Amino acid sequence: MTAQTETRPSVPATETRAPAARKRRRSMAHRGRGAVLTLVTWIIVVLFFFPVAWMVFTAFKTEAAAATNPPVFITALSFDNFVGVFNRDIGPYLVNSIIASVASTLIVLLLAVPAAYALSIRPIKKVQDALFFFISTRFMPVAAGIIPIYLVLKSIGALDNITALSLLYVGINLPIAVWMMRSFFSEVPIEIVEASQIDGANFRVELTRVVLPIVAPGIAAVALICFIFAWNEYFLANLLTASAARTTPPFLGSFVDGRGQFLAILSAASTVAVLPVVAAGWIAQKQLVRGLAMGAIK
Amino acid sequence: MTTLEAAERRAKRTVKETPAEKRDLRLSRALLWPALVVSLVLTQIPFLVTIYYSLQSWNLLRPADQEFVWFANYVTVFTGGDFIPSLISTVVITGTSVVLSVLFGLGIALLLDRKFHGQALARTLLITPFLVMPAAAALIWKWSILDANVGVLNWALGLVGIPEISWNTDLPLVTIIMVLTWQYTPFMMLIILAGLQSQSGEVLEAASVDGAGPIRTFVSMTLPHLRQYIEIAALLGSIMLLQVFDPIAIMTRGTGGTKTLSYLLYERAFVGLEVGEAAAYGVVTVIVTIIVASVALRTLFQIFATDGDK
Repeated sequence: MTAQTETRPSVPATETRAPAARKRRRSMAHRGRGAVLTLVTWIIVVLFFFPVAWMVFTAFKTEAAAATNPPVFITALSFDNFVGVFNRDIGPYLVNSIIASVASTLIVLLLAVPAAYALSIRPIKKVQDALFFFISTRFMPVAAGIIPIYLVLKSIGALDNITALSLLYVGINLPIAVWMMRSFFSEVPIEIVEASQIDGANFRVELTRVVLPIVAPGIAAVALICFIFAWNEYFLANLLTASAARTTPPFLGSFVDGRGQFLAILSAASTVAVLPVVAAGWIAQKQLVRGLAMGAIK
Repeated sequence: MTTLEAAERRAKRTVKETPAEKRDLRLSRALLWPALVVSLVLTQIPFLVTIYYSLQSWNLLRPADQEFVWFANYVTVFTGGDFIPSLISTVVITGTSVVLSVLFGLGIALLLDRKFHGQALARTLLITPFLVMPAAAALIWKWSILDANVGVLNWALGLVGIPEISWNTDLPLVTIIMVLTWQYTPFMMLIILAGLQSQSGEVLEAASVDGAGPIRTFVSMTLPHLRQYIEIAALLGSIMLLQVFDPIAIMTRGTGGTKTLSYLLYERAFVGLEVGEAAAYGVVTVIVTIIVASVALRTLFQIFATDGDK
C-alpha cells in the first residue's frame, strides 16, 4: 500500500553529456540522503516498538533478572512466568474477555450491517439526521451515562455479569460500526444494485449475493476494530465486574505485588493479554488501516 | 464517482413514491430501527437520566435523603475548587498529547511514504502501540520502564549522562502524556499516511518537472493537501483523549495534576458516592466534549462538501 511507484521521466537521447553527469551526481546524493532517512526511520521504529519488545523480553526472564539496574540483556530465558500466569488463574478472565468481545462484535455486526445498508443503498428520507444521530452518539463520553447504568445494573442484580458488560460494549461500538460500514457500503456501485433489482432479485438475494460479497472486507475491518475496542476496554470492566465476570484488563493490576518482585510475571501476563489483539491487528493490517481511514475520513 | 454524488443519486430514487417505493421505504426503516433503538437505550436515555440525577441531592450512603435541588450541584461543581484544576488537567493532557502525537505522526508518515527496505515491517511495528491494551501498556510503562530504581528509561538516560529521575512520583503529568503520545502517534500516522497516499502522483511529478524542490513541494502542495487529514486526526484524537481514563487510574490515580474530568467524576460517583454532584460533572464533561465534537463535525462535513466539488 505504501509503495509508490517512482516514475522518473526517461532521459531524452539527444541530451548532452554534461547534464547527464550532473544528473548522475545528483542521483547519488539522492541515494545518500535516502539511506540517512531510512536509518532515521528505523531508529524511530525501534524506539516506538521498544516498550513492547521489552515487555516480551522481560516475560521470559527470571524475577531476579527482571529487576536489576543496570538491566541485563543476556540471561537465561524460560516459559516459567507464563506457567506462573496460568497458575494464577488468568484462564477465566481470558474466557470472559473472549465472550465479551466476540459476543459484542457479533451483535454489533447484526445491527450495523442492516442499518448501514438502509443508510447508503436504500436511503430513507432524513438520512443525514440518522447519520448525525449515530455520529453524535459516537462522540458521547462514557461519563455521560455511567451513573444511571451502574445504578440500574445494581438494582437488578446485574453487576459482575458478562452479558450486561457485552451489551454495554454493543452500545459503545455500534455507532462507530454503523458510521464506518456506511462508508464501505457507499462504495458499492449503484448500477450493480439496480441491475440486480431489474433482474428481479428480491431484497435477501440482493443483500447476500450482490452487496455483501463486495463489502466483505469492510465488514472484516469493522469487526476487527470493534473486537479491539472491546478486548482492550478497561473503565466499564473495572467498574461493573468484580470476580465472576471480570475481564483481563482490570485483572492485570493484581500482578503488581507491593511486597516482592513482580516485573517478570506482570510482563508475562501483559504479553498474554495483548497477544490476541496485536496478532489480529498485524495479520489484518490492511483491513485495519482501511477501516480507520474510512471511519475517520469519509 | 464520489460518495456524495452517489448518495444524491440514491436519494433521488426515493422521490416518486410508487407502491414499490413505499415498500422500499418501509424496508429501509425496518432495517434501521433496531440499531437506532439499541443506541437510544444504551447511550441517550442514560444521559437523560444523568441530567435528571444532576438536579438531585443524592448520596448513596444516605439514600433516603434524595431531593430535587435544581442547580445546586452545578453551583458546587463550579465553586467547589475541583472543577477548574480538573478542567486545566484535562486540557493540558489532551492538548499536549494530541499536538505531540500529530507532530510525530506527521513526521513518521512522511518517512514511511517512501520506498525502503523493510517498509512493511516498519509500519507493522509502528502500529503496535495502538493495538496494545492500554491497561497493560500503563502497567508496563509504570513499573518496567519509568520506575525510578529498575526502570530501563533511567538506565538509558544514564548512558548519556542524565541523572536518575523519579518519573512516577515527581513527574506524573509527564508520564501520562508520554504514554498517551506513544499510544496515539500510530493512530495519527495512519490517518495522515492515508492522506499522503491519496495525493496525486502526477501533480507532484509536474511540480518536480517545473523545478520545485522537495521543500517547496512539501510546503506549497503536500501540506495544504494534508491539512484536512491532520485536522480530522487531531479532532478525533481530542475526542478520544478527553475521555481517557485507563493510564490515569493505573499510573497516577489522579495525583500531580492528572485528575481529569472523567477521573474526577469516577472518584465522586464511585468512591465518594455523591450521585448528584458526579452527575453534574458528567453533564459538564459532555458539554466540553460537545464543544470539541461540533468543531470536529463541521470539519467532517466540510470534507464531505469538498469531496463533492472534485
